[in-house]
Amino acid sequence: MSSAEKYATAAYLVVLAVVLLYVVLYAFKLARLEREVAELAELAQRRRAA
Amino acid sequence: MSTSLRNNQAVLLAGSAAILLLAGTALAFYWVPNAPLEGFRQRIFYYHVPIALTSYACFGWAAWKALRLLWTREQRYDLESYTAVHMGVIFGILTLVTGSIWARTSWGHWWVWGSRQLVLFLVLFLFYAAYFMLRYSVDPGPRRANLSAVYALFGVALIPVSFLAIRLAADLVHPVVFSHDVGNKLTASQFTTFLVCLAGMLTLAGTLYRNELTGKRVDARLRELREALE
Repeated sequence: MSSAEKYATAAYLVVLAVVLLYVVLYAFKLARLEREVAELAELAQRRRAA
Repeated sequence: MSTSLRNNQAVLLAGSAAILLLAGTALAFYWVPNAPLEGFRQRIFYYHVPIALTSYACFGWAAWKALRLLWTREQRYDLESYTAVHMGVIFGILTLVTGSIWARTSWGHWWVWGSRQLVLFLVLFLFYAAYFMLRYSVDPGPRRANLSAVYALFGVALIPVSFLAIRLAADLVHPVVFSHDVGNKLTASQFTTFLVCLAGMLTLAGTLYRNELTGKRVDARLRELREALE
């Protein structure tokens, strides 16, 4: 593989890596939102019971 | 709009982005011949330029939403403008990284401070990076929304300067992509590949914008709900 081929491939891989990183970070955010929804549902249930 | 229709649209948008980007990458590596002057490294251009144009589009979209906010005073435009700046900055980082990789293979340096095009894009990027500092230095509310909107509107003036800098700059270091010059003119295969990659990047930005906006809206509603319940 020539130097130009390596750099061109690296440029494409960097874009892929950033998109994948974004997806991973977004998955963490979704997990946090899911946790918060569960907490709020529990809070609402407790208030209804009281 | 029903939730299932909205979900279908989101899946369609994400699927289109994946197909277009995969097709663009395949065309760039297996269909387009090596450019006479640039050789193999010219393939970086099929991602680098669409990414840069997409970041301009995001900043332009942010300015449009900011204008809508100032015009109508509807607070939902604040979140939309903020999300568009967020996306623009992500694509701005990618523009700088892919551009630096191209610079390294073409000029032998990761960055050339003498190139006005590079420095102007960096100024544009830093301007929008500072948007977040401004936004988070003010308490949430209409004042923050208005300040952020005015800032996003000012930033849009830098876009044509950055875009035209390649032509205005006298350094002749950064290549001009669209030119009437016969030596620099794109061939049909190069232009087709460029358009496929541009469509892919714009669709990707649209997908990320939509997901991010949905996430931020859910976040805001959950906060309101928590305040109401506690």
